[in-house]
Amino acid sequence: MFDHLSTHVLLTLFGIVVALVTSNAILWIATRKNPTRDLTEVSLRLKTWWMIVGLFSLVLLISQTASIVFMAFVSFLALKEFLSLIPTRRADHRVLFWAYLAIPIQYYWIYSHWFGLFIIFIPVYMFMWLPTRMVSIGETDGFLRAVGTLHWGLMTTVFSLSHAAYLLVLTPGETSLVKPQWSSEAAAACSGVSLLLLLVLLTQFNDIAQFCWGKMLGSRKVAPKVSPGKTWGGLLGGVASTVALASVLGPWLTCMDLTRSAIAGLIIGISGFFADLSISALKRDLGVKDSGFSLPGHGGILDRVDSLTFTAPLFFHFVYYCYGEVVAR
Amino acid sequence: MINNALRYLYFLLIVRPFVLVVIGLNARDLDRLPKHGPAIVVANHNSHLDTMVLMALFGMNRLHCVRPVAAADHFLRNKWMAWFSTKIIGIIPLKRDMKGVRTDPLAALSEAIQDNQILLLFPEGSRGQPEVREKFKTGVAHIAKRHPEVPITPVFLHGLGKALPKGEGVLVPFFCDVFVGEPLAWKGDRANFMAEMEQSIDNLASQVHQPEF
Repeated sequence: MFDHLSTHVLLTLFGIVVALVTSNAILWIATRKNPTRDLTEVSLRLKTWWMIVGLFSLVLLISQTASIVFMAFVSFLALKEFLSLIPTRRADHRVLFWAYLAIPIQYYWIYSHWFGLFIIFIPVYMFMWLPTRMVSIGETDGFLRAVGTLHWGLMTTVFSLSHAAYLLVLTPGETSLVKPQWSSEAAAACSGVSLLLLLVLLTQFNDIAQFCWGKMLGSRKVAPKVSPGKTWGGLLGGVASTVALASVLGPWLTCMDLTRSAIAGLIIGISGFFADLSISALKRDLGVKDSGFSLPGHGGILDRVDSLTFTAPLFFHFVYYCYGEVVAR
Repeated sequence: MINNALRYLYFLLIVRPFVLVVIGLNARDLDRLPKHGPAIVVANHNSHLDTMVLMALFGMNRLHCVRPVAAADHFLRNKWMAWFSTKIIGIIPLKRDMKGVRTDPLAALSEAIQDNQILLLFPEGSRGQPEVREKFKTGVAHIAKRHPEVPITPVFLHGLGKALPKGEGVLVPFFCDVFVGEPLAWKGDRANFMAEMEQSIDNLASQVHQPEF
């Protein structure tokens, strides 16, 4: 059973479960010590974490195809949330339908390992097809806003997030710039899953670490107008923690050596922070606190995958640069 | 018997997954919905999806007693539609054009209330312009007057008019906001009753986030 996953991947998933159990224990102790403090929000948040970790682990355990379908579904939920949040024009009904149709197509390129189309389909073809469809309907009032917001949504929720899924089918080339190193042969056999797991784990860990460091130290705010909760202490502490975790986990779990793992941690730490901020700016602009209600304690799907919209493509291209086939580039 | 089984399966395997996954609900105060019949639920009407979402909100346990009231001229227009509408969806057909007809148009509704059913009513009478509330028709007041003991729960739905507006054949997924209000009761005056109900729906509507540039 689960032959397609290495012991390293399974142990990492097990480690995440242990972290959740520990959090539950801490929460339990905190409620016993101080029963008057209201921790329902934290408890809800943790419950939702269990659900997310459970689902994500399950699809990884089932198969690669199941994982790609699951990631496509996450893109669908995120795009739906984005489109429900922003103002849309009545005339663009069918244009929006095309935007949704881009999801199965984009994820099909991943399923069929078609890198060339995967990388240009949305930035080139959808970028032109959506305005083409709009002008054929003929509504010019608010055209720029409509086409601009729609494309931004498609880029963040579908194009960016799909990079996480492409990691699954990415196999280090023989002629890559950096020689891939695995801690064992079993780890080499599922390099894609381990890269995806590392990306998602580091991104979510970075979110939590930034939040915790921000609570503990720091009064100087990074972007007080966008998100008053974000401090320099939180940013630096979070990035340092993420680099540390990446340096420990990366060389053991994936094909990356210590240096590349640390750089990956740095990329994820910094870009995750700014992705979080840019979704915060979007919500502030629209006058909402949460992007939705799908994840109790967290808000919406976009509130949870916000950091991934930057970390996934940046991490992907870093890995692809170092370990991709030179011929393919 | 077979129709009932089909109705159950249709809602379990098609309507519920569709409403919860493809559409997606942000529902608030669902516990204000009637737990059992007899009861009346009134909602604003923008899309054919309204009925599906309202029925999904009641869950499988209450499905057997939930009956949407719908226009006979539209939903009984041919034999197949009539079977599907009355047996599978479970609508109570209502004749909209009653000029010169002597029979009681609301008899079937009264009967259903006496039979402890939960009626779903759209007092706007038609889907109309997407996301715009039309003036409520007074038929619901006649029913309330006849059955003053039955609670009338207002529900506001937002988003479905964007997902599948009138005259559009292609569905585009949007999250649907659902707001359930406090039940209203008949107090003996039609004009006041209608005003109170419209006010209640408008109050619920004011809670929704309406994005604008």
